[in-house]
Amino acid sequence: MNESSEQRAKCEISFTVNGKLQTVHAYPMERLLDVLRHELGLTGTKEGCGEGECGSCSVLIDGLLVNSCLIPILQASGAKIVTIEGLATDGRLQFLQQSFLECGGAQCGICTPGMILAAYHLLSKKPQPTLEEIREGLSGNLCRCTGYMQIVEAVAEAARLGAVR
Amino acid sequence: MKNTPIVGTSVPRMEGRDKVTGHSRYVDDMVLPGMLYGATVRSRIPRGKIRKITFAPAIDWNEFVIVSPRDIPGKNCIALIEDDQPCLADGIVNHPEEPLLLLAHPDRHLLPKAVEAVSIEYDPLPAIFTMEESEAQSQIIWGADNIFKSYLIEKGDVDAVWQNADHIVEAEYTTGAQEQLYIENNGMIASFDPQQGLTVWGSLQCPYYVHKALMKLFGLPADRVRVVQMETGGAFGGKEEYPSMIAAHAALLAMKSGKPVKIIYDRMEDMAATTKRHPSRTRHRTAVAKDGRILAGEIDFTIDGGAYKTLSPVVLSRGAIHAGGPYYWPSVRIRAKAVATNAPPHGAFRGFGAPQSLFALERHMDRIAQVVGLSPAEIRRRNFLKPGQTTTTGQTVNEAIDLSKLLDRALELSEYDSKKNKFAQENQQGRRKKGVGIAAFLHGAGFTGAGERFLGSVVGVEACDDGSLRILVSSTEFGQGTNTALCQIVAEALSLRYEDVAIAQPDTQEVPNSGPTVASRTVMVVGKLVQSAAVGIRKTLTASGMLEESYSPEEFRAACRAYVAEHGKLRSFVQYEQPDDIVWDEEKYRGSAYAAFAWAVYIAEVTVDLTTYSVAVDDFVALQEIGKVLHPVLAKGQIIGGVAQGIGFALYEKVVWEQGRMQNGQMTNYIMPTSADLPPIRVYFEELGNIHGAFGAKGIGELPMDGPAPAIINAIEDALHVPFNSIPLLPEDIFAALSESAVLEALVPSARGDR
Repeated sequence: MNESSEQRAKCEISFTVNGKLQTVHAYPMERLLDVLRHELGLTGTKEGCGEGECGSCSVLIDGLLVNSCLIPILQASGAKIVTIEGLATDGRLQFLQQSFLECGGAQCGICTPGMILAAYHLLSKKPQPTLEEIREGLSGNLCRCTGYMQIVEAVAEAARLGAVR
Repeated sequence: MKNTPIVGTSVPRMEGRDKVTGHSRYVDDMVLPGMLYGATVRSRIPRGKIRKITFAPAIDWNEFVIVSPRDIPGKNCIALIEDDQPCLADGIVNHPEEPLLLLAHPDRHLLPKAVEAVSIEYDPLPAIFTMEESEAQSQIIWGADNIFKSYLIEKGDVDAVWQNADHIVEAEYTTGAQEQLYIENNGMIASFDPQQGLTVWGSLQCPYYVHKALMKLFGLPADRVRVVQMETGGAFGGKEEYPSMIAAHAALLAMKSGKPVKIIYDRMEDMAATTKRHPSRTRHRTAVAKDGRILAGEIDFTIDGGAYKTLSPVVLSRGAIHAGGPYYWPSVRIRAKAVATNAPPHGAFRGFGAPQSLFALERHMDRIAQVVGLSPAEIRRRNFLKPGQTTTTGQTVNEAIDLSKLLDRALELSEYDSKKNKFAQENQQGRRKKGVGIAAFLHGAGFTGAGERFLGSVVGVEACDDGSLRILVSSTEFGQGTNTALCQIVAEALSLRYEDVAIAQPDTQEVPNSGPTVASRTVMVVGKLVQSAAVGIRKTLTASGMLEESYSPEEFRAACRAYVAEHGKLRSFVQYEQPDDIVWDEEKYRGSAYAAFAWAVYIAEVTVDLTTYSVAVDDFVALQEIGKVLHPVLAKGQIIGGVAQGIGFALYEKVVWEQGRMQNGQMTNYIMPTSADLPPIRVYFEELGNIHGAFGAKGIGELPMDGPAPAIINAIEDALHVPFNSIPLLPEDIFAALSESAVLEALVPSARGDR
C-alpha cells in the first residue's frame, strides 16, 4: 500500500452527464458510481450491493444500461451518461416517473432510480413491450418492496402514453 | 362542507415525487463538513475469550480514530428489552460478528485494509449452533439455561382428550433464517457537541429505540440525544433494533474524534452482522374427531434467538399466539421458548414469529385432512373460528368475520376445484407436476396484549402559519406508506384537501414518541390517534370563534393562519388509551391479544419440474379482510410485496451457516425473487371495518408474509404427494427427498432409467 503513488495515479477524465460536460480528477479504477455520487453530488444513483447484482446503481452510458458500481471511471471517458436526475425536464416528470408515482411503482424508493432507468432503456429499444417482456427486461433490477407487479404496470402505462419517443 | 373522500382513494405517495426523481435524501446521500468514515472490527470466532489485540505496524494508526469499550461513557450495552448485548464486546465474544473495536478515518478507502490489519487472539470456548444443542445445555451460553424466554398458553383440559380422540396427528415443521434484504444497507451519521450533545441521522424504523439506547450508552439526558430518521430504503423489521448498534458506534467515534462520523455497511457486512428472521421448529400433536373437528392440540414452538436476547421474547410471543391460526381449539396447550445459540442475534422481520408458527399450522392442517380423509378446504371449513368463539388465548371473536365465505371466494377466484381435478389427471403423464395449495390465517395488528398501553403513544398535529397542518409522529416511512396514509386520515377527518396536510420528518427533538413503526400498528393505532389530534385542532379553532361549524378548506386554512398570528403555535396532542374491551392477563397469557385481527385465505398454484426439480409459482390468489382499505394502490402494494417475500421464504432464500456465521452474504448467492420469478399475484380485499382503527382500518403490513409459504408447500405436496415440512425448500431438497424414496419411480415411471 502506497498512498502517494495512488495519489499520483489520479487522472483527469471528461464525460457528459445529463447533457452537461464534466471533468473530474479521479483514480482511473474508481467506480463510476462513486464519482457520480461523491464528485458530482448526483446521489440519485444508489448503491445496493456493490457487485452488479441488484441494479440500484443503473445508469445509461451511450444509451446502454450499466451497473455503475462495475464501471471504472476511465471507461466513461468521453461517454454520454444519463442518471435519474437527467430524466425530468424543467421540473416536469418524465412519463415513467409519473406512472411510477401513480401506479405504486415506488415504495421505499431506493431501487426506483435504477428501475426507472432500466425501464427507460427497455422502452427505448421496445416502445410497446408485452408484460412478459417488461418482466424479463427489468429482471436485472431487484426490488424488495413491491413484488414488481406495480412496477410492471407502471412501465406498461408509460408505454401506452409513449414514454420514450 | 364535505369534499370528495380522500380515505379510500389512491392519492399520490406523499414523498413519491422525490423518490422518482432521485432527490430523496437517504443517509448515504448526506455529507457533513469534516466528516470521517467509520468501520467495525468484529470477532471472527463464535465464542471465546479475547486474549490479545494487535495492530499491524504497516498501518499508520495515528491517522485513525480508534474506539474500544473503555471509551464508552455510560453502560456498555444496547438497551432494548434487556441490557445483555454489549455495544462493543469486552473480554468475551458470543458470536462471530460481534463488534470489538471501531475505526474512523477521513478516507473511506483505507478502512477495509485497516480492519484487516487488526488481529485478535482468542482462547476459544465451545460454541453451540442449533436449537437442539442449546436445549441439551451441553454449554450454557446465556443465563442459567440458554432460555431467553418461555410462555405457556393453556385453554381447556388438553390431557383429558387424547384417550377418546379418533385420530392423533403428530408432526414437526421447521423454518430457516431469512434476510430482510432491504436494498438500502444500514447506515448512520453521528455528530457530538459537548454543549448540545449527540445527534444521529440514519436509516431506521424506530427513532425512540435509538434514542433510548444512546441515552444509556452515553449516560446523557433525553434532551441531549437527538435522533433523526432519513429517507429509509426498505426495512421490513430489519431496521427495528440493529440501527441502535450502528448509531452507538458512529456516536462513539464522533465523540472521540470530535468530528461527524458516517458508518455505512456494505452488503456483505449488512447481511452477515445484522438481524435475520428467527429459525424455528414447531411440533404439533393434535387430537381430531372422525368428522375432522379439532378436539385438542399440543403445540411446541421454539425459535433460535442467536447470542443475545434482543427482541426474541416478543417475536416468540407473537409466534405463539398465532400458532393456533384462525381455528377453534376447544383445548390447547402452547409451549413456546426462545433459546440462545452462538450466532448473531435474530430479530424482527415482517410477521415477527407468525410466519414461522403459521407455516407449521397450515402444513399440519393438510396433514390432518389426509389422516381424516377430508379435502384441505373442508378440514379448514370445519374448524374455522366463528364470531362468539374464543381464540387460544381466550379472546372472543367479536366481529362478523365469516371465514367459510372468505374461503369460498378464494376457491372460486383461484378456480381451485377445477384445477385440482385437472392437475390430478394431467400429473399422471410427463415430468411437470402441478398442484394447488391453500393457507388460511390471521394476523393481529398492534402490540400484543397490554403492549399498546405500556407504549402509551403520543401524537401531535400542528397548525402552521401558512394555514397547513403538520403531523408530528415518530412513526417512520420506509416504503409502506406511513406519510401518505396519515396525511389522508387528517385530511379526511377535517374535510381538508390532501395537500393541506404534511408530515414532519421524524426527529426526536421535534416529534413526540408515537411508538415504534412495527407490528402493523401505524395506520390502525397511530392513525386513530392522529385522527383525534386533528379533531382537537378543529375544536380549538371553533372554540376560539375563528372557524364556523361548517367550513371550506380555504376557510380552515385562514382560521389556522389567524389563530397562529394571534396566539402563536397551535398544537394538539393525544395519548393512547386502551379501550375497555381490550383486557390482557400477562401472567396467565390470556385475554385480548390484539385489538383487531386481519383474516386471509391464500391459494397458490405451482409447477414442479422433475427435470430440474425447480418449483414455479404459476398463480397466486391473495384474499384478505383488512378492515377499511385507506389507499387501494398502497394496500395492494403491501400485499404483493409481502407475498413476494413469502415466496422467497418458501422457495429461494436460504442462509448457509457455518460456525454461526452466514456464508452466503451476497446478492449473488442469497437469492431473492426477481421480476421474472414471480407469478401474477392477484389481490382481493374484503372490508368489514374495525372500531379500533382510523376510519375502520386494520394493520396489513405483516399479514401477507404469513400465508404464501404454507400455501406453496401445500401445493407442492398436492403435485408430488410428498410432504415437505421444512423451508426454504430448494430444488436440491426436492431432489434429495424424491431420490431417497420410491416416490420418483411412482411419479415418473422411467425417471431412474433416464439418468
